[in-house]
Amino acid sequence: MTEPPLLEVRGLSTDYTAKRAGKTVRIQAVKDVSFTLAKREVLGIVGESGCGKTSVGRSIVRLAKPHRGEVLFAGRDIFSTGSEDLRKLRLKIRMVFQDPFASLNPRRAIGDSIAETGDIHGLFDNKADRQRRIHEALTNVGLDGVFATRFPHELSGGQRQRVGIARAILPAPDVVIADEPVSALDVSVQAQVLNLLADLQAAMGLSMIFISHDLGVVGQISDRVAVMYMGRIVETAATRDITDHPLHPYTRTLMAARPKPDPNIRIKAGIEIGEPPSQFDRPSGCPYERRCALATSHCKSDDPSLRPVAPGRLVACHNI
Amino acid sequence: MLGVRDLSISIGTPADSIDIVSSVSFEIASGEILGLVGESGCGKSMTSLAVMGLLDRGGPWARTGRVELAGFDVIRSQPYQRVATGHGGIAMIFQEPMSSLNPVMTVGDQIEEAIAVHQKASGARQTPKARELLEMVRIPDAAMQLGAYPHQLSGGMRQRVMIAIALACQPQVLIADEPTTALDVTVQAQILSLLRELCDSLGLSILFITHDLGVVAQLVDRVAVMYAGRIVETATVQRVFAQPAHPYTEALMSCLPDPGHWKQRLTTIPGQAAKPGEVRSGCAFAPRCRYAVQTCVDATPPFAAVSDDHRALCHFPRGVAP
Repeated sequence: MTEPPLLEVRGLSTDYTAKRAGKTVRIQAVKDVSFTLAKREVLGIVGESGCGKTSVGRSIVRLAKPHRGEVLFAGRDIFSTGSEDLRKLRLKIRMVFQDPFASLNPRRAIGDSIAETGDIHGLFDNKADRQRRIHEALTNVGLDGVFATRFPHELSGGQRQRVGIARAILPAPDVVIADEPVSALDVSVQAQVLNLLADLQAAMGLSMIFISHDLGVVGQISDRVAVMYMGRIVETAATRDITDHPLHPYTRTLMAARPKPDPNIRIKAGIEIGEPPSQFDRPSGCPYERRCALATSHCKSDDPSLRPVAPGRLVACHNI
Repeated sequence: MLGVRDLSISIGTPADSIDIVSSVSFEIASGEILGLVGESGCGKSMTSLAVMGLLDRGGPWARTGRVELAGFDVIRSQPYQRVATGHGGIAMIFQEPMSSLNPVMTVGDQIEEAIAVHQKASGARQTPKARELLEMVRIPDAAMQLGAYPHQLSGGMRQRVMIAIALACQPQVLIADEPTTALDVTVQAQILSLLRELCDSLGLSILFITHDLGVVAQLVDRVAVMYAGRIVETATVQRVFAQPAHPYTEALMSCLPDPGHWKQRLTTIPGQAAKPGEVRSGCAFAPRCRYAVQTCVDATPPFAAVSDDHRALCHFPRGVAP
């Protein structure tokens, strides 16, 4: 490894506070998460709802306030940069959100939504340049230039998500964090948007963090996958290793529960795989212990840390 | 058990109306699960609402066709008649259990309410019956959970409660409209196996509505694929996945990411789904179909038999020599 990673996350923890029975409690949404993202690499993050995958993405761009840890972008710590540098950084790390209906201002023309970042940062030389850049961003995501003057309600879900992507790539970022970008879309539209993201990633040399609950979608686009459970990464490996030879018992369960589009391979009836424990009642040992077939008394008392088991492969489990 | 014949639904005034469901017919046998598959706006949810008899009062729509439950015309009777004659038997569960449950009533009270209406049980008998239902849908600590409010339960548990309420109506047919779409895959697998179990043990027929082909492959016995308000293909689930006859079905399947070919380009369907009411001669899928010829644009395709129990609305179904 000669080239240093473009983005490095070290010991990231993000807490939220919630009120329960009149008392303020801490919820550890993200707990001690570390990973690296190389230039041109696509890292997939998968997990069930509430596992902290969205909070990881939001913490990196400081949309959620991290509690502990550091994020290095090209060697510089994002969390300790001042507000002026943070503004510039936000041109380099961009987000695409899940719900294309909620993330566009309904009263703004599409072109203005796309150009907003450029307007704020003074990226455009003049009006003609602004027009040209909007047009270029739309063309890059496969939309006609006439969409610039349309409003969100005139667009389909797939078109809106393309606008969300156009807005993210306008300032030519280095990193795109895509949080469930295709979950709200139909299968045929989902395929189009996945192809578009893969094309842009290759053409612009983007690094990408692709967050989804769907291992099929994540596998399609990612080079490497991190599996999260209860705020922690429990396994990371190359995509093919995760899907073909999952090691962590939770990754195996996720793979087994994924409905395969083949009526001849049906999930066994009476599969008992439980549900994640409540964040308010976090186990002291391994968070997966209560659902795990391999669990021993050791798992109950000791929370396993992520350790290398093979080159490029980390697993947090006592029994692997 | 359930027969739907020539169901058509249009929205608007008689002078200016849009057809959103056209001549939909299907049957579900007792103990069978039929998967109604299609993308947003294809008319699958409207079909299910019509079968439930929910489109008959008020609202700017018109419906024609018949829905029969064990030979009894469901739509033309009043709800109280259906209950009185024992033909109340169609229950429905929805995608988002939280918005279907009453947030200020305990789970037990909501199940007992359904029992009181449909089973005419005395007050004292209602609570044990509610507990039995919760046990039937495999909620642990059923007796204790009767006192829980919906917000205290997880998404998967809420959907189990919805199924318990549906079962309290002692239905012969259960309509499940995207019941696992809002759930995690691990929870989804459990709900799917519960539905299959209920089907086998109670002889329940299920109309399962979904856009997810993976779920279809895992659960259903027969498939009906919808596009632009029409059923374009019906067959057994094995047959549909092994040899899709309609080009739309074939295209939908090729859009799925395939673990054998990660990182390769996905096949897509060009163009956009036909909008409801778009008047067009010929086949609605023709503009997006890679095999379309002039005939497809000019003439309405027949709903032709490809083989026994396998039909496709296509001039040139796949796998059949022209």
